[in-house]
Amino acid sequence: MTIADQVTGSTIAGTAGAKPAEAKPRVAAPAITLPAIGERELRLDLFRGLALWLIFIDHLPPNLLTWFTIRNYGFSDATEIFIFISGYTAAFVYGRAMLENGFVIATARVLRRVWQIYVAHVFLFTIFLAEISYVATSFENPLYTEEMGIMDFLKQPDVTIVQALLLRFRPVNMDVLPLYIVLMLALPLILWSMKWRPDVTLALSALLYAATWEFDLYFSAYPNGFWAFNPFAWQLLFVFGAWCALGGARRMSRILASPVTMWISIAYLVAAFYVTLTWYVPQLSHFMPKWIEQWMYPIDKTDLDVLRFTHFLALAALTVRFLPREWPGLKSPWLRPLIVCGQHSLEIFCLGVFLAFAGHFILAEVASGPAMHALISLSGILIMWAMAWVISWYKRVADKSGTKIKNAVGNADLAGGG
Amino acid sequence: MKAKVLLSLILLCGYLTAPSARAEDAAPAAPAVPAACELPPYLLATESQLHKVADAVKAGKPLEILVIGSRSTTIPSSESSSYPARMEAILKEKLPPAEVVHVSVEIQSKKTAEEAAGTFVKLMEAKSPTLVIWQTGTVDAIRSIDPDDFRGAVTDGVAALQDAGADVVLMNLQYSPRTESMISAPPYLDNMRVVAQEHDIPLFDRFAIMRQWNDQGQFDLFSPSRGPELAKQVHDCIGRALAQFVIDAAHLGPAQQQN
Repeated sequence: MTIADQVTGSTIAGTAGAKPAEAKPRVAAPAITLPAIGERELRLDLFRGLALWLIFIDHLPPNLLTWFTIRNYGFSDATEIFIFISGYTAAFVYGRAMLENGFVIATARVLRRVWQIYVAHVFLFTIFLAEISYVATSFENPLYTEEMGIMDFLKQPDVTIVQALLLRFRPVNMDVLPLYIVLMLALPLILWSMKWRPDVTLALSALLYAATWEFDLYFSAYPNGFWAFNPFAWQLLFVFGAWCALGGARRMSRILASPVTMWISIAYLVAAFYVTLTWYVPQLSHFMPKWIEQWMYPIDKTDLDVLRFTHFLALAALTVRFLPREWPGLKSPWLRPLIVCGQHSLEIFCLGVFLAFAGHFILAEVASGPAMHALISLSGILIMWAMAWVISWYKRVADKSGTKIKNAVGNADLAGGG
Repeated sequence: MKAKVLLSLILLCGYLTAPSARAEDAAPAAPAVPAACELPPYLLATESQLHKVADAVKAGKPLEILVIGSRSTTIPSSESSSYPARMEAILKEKLPPAEVVHVSVEIQSKKTAEEAAGTFVKLMEAKSPTLVIWQTGTVDAIRSIDPDDFRGAVTDGVAALQDAGADVVLMNLQYSPRTESMISAPPYLDNMRVVAQEHDIPLFDRFAIMRQWNDQGQFDLFSPSRGPELAKQVHDCIGRALAQFVIDAAHLGPAQQQN
């Protein structure tokens, strides 16, 4: 998708060297401040890479590695990390473009990115169609005649495929990209509003979130139901990410550094961990007051439950506190695989979804069992890493051979995919 | 980060040692159960009680059970091996010989929870069972019905069954690894758990039970085989587990049980 994208600058952390030369007189916009160009936030890449790995593992059938994914230790999961970081990086890249080149050009660039994500989504849908068609014709276990009803949509491909192109028919595990497409489409508006008043924008976003809960706003899906990730609710994380990128994080630094924040976060994470424990060790639920259960459940993923959002905030607050930007470990070769994956998120995300399909397929057709499961998970991660490395390498070569002046405005990859 | 790694390791250790410990728990308790059906006790544990079933058995009245299900309640072309029939057989074995147990089945093929719940008032008038086992969720998951609507429908259905004077057991979806990448079960499992909790009724966790069998290698649920053998064995085990679950939830002690 962006593999051959020569307009983009280098994505290699080390070579994304500071290029303050381009610092054209910035259009006066005191409302927001951007971090200096070139300081690539390796923490963002690191955690987005981590989120990509976790999403891949969560898409596979449960196995040993599933116990390492964060959804087992609290309310939020990798999706929150992913959407937040995507908002952050998108605002960082396209916010700068908007300040320097104006609204129209920035919008055009955002739309180009949206198109790439859309094509990626359609590509994944094609793979899904291939898989489900195969299963429909080869699997006739009488134990599962009812579940095979899922194949019914194959009987009317004329409707289904059109609905898929309209993003209304989305099979399982294909919900993140459509959410991301909608959020990116809203990005020019978000940025334009942020340029005016960042805090008001964030407040509006929170208001929309509240309205979603109050008035039950949703995107309808085909054949019925609604989007599994409601964009009206999830935009809050995306806008919050954008707000942090455009100076909000800096302004919050005092709150983040305060020990009160730290202890509240720790207490909340421990409490959330205890609640999740009761899901796996039902005996523990004796110690859980019924009224708390009734107030708390269900913890809704579709509408980004407040408990999930706050859980993410607590995680983020502690991460920012204990993992400083200059932490030398970020340069260590051990974390390179994660960081490289995080730097090519759209490609690696799609690859992850594909590998999860493939993993299911191998488990079903070739062999199952815990050893095979672990092998598939590990090789999937290795493949993601290798692919990210190849993309990095190719970009480096393409950048060298291209005579184009590096555009420090950033590149689509930094803006994050899927 | 360090703390999280530590935590993961602790949980991992627990996970690794758990199966063996569970197996030891289960083995001496149920000598009559075929090895393939073995389950850790926690999967059949419930706090909610079946008072009406208990009263009926203690009073020596016939136990009339109605299973409301869907296509996965039966095995095509071998009714007598399906889990309701197996449950009936096991209950007859375990309860006192004088106890009359009758299980009837109502298949609501391709109906969502809401559509099924709409028929309950009439159904209950016709049958008036002591216990209703309502198995639902699959059709809703296939059609990706709004989980909130689903929860509302299950709540209404349970209320209708209880109003008609029956004890209720909820049964959730099958574990179907082959379609896991196509059908999203978790929202429906979660909401059924919530309804069960709110109404204080037992939830028979068919999903977790079948997953346990698959993970422990007792059954290969990925098998593409067209023969009915696997289905028969799985239904036999589900029938046994369900019978045990009903007996436990009704607190029918050894006095009311044969063995």
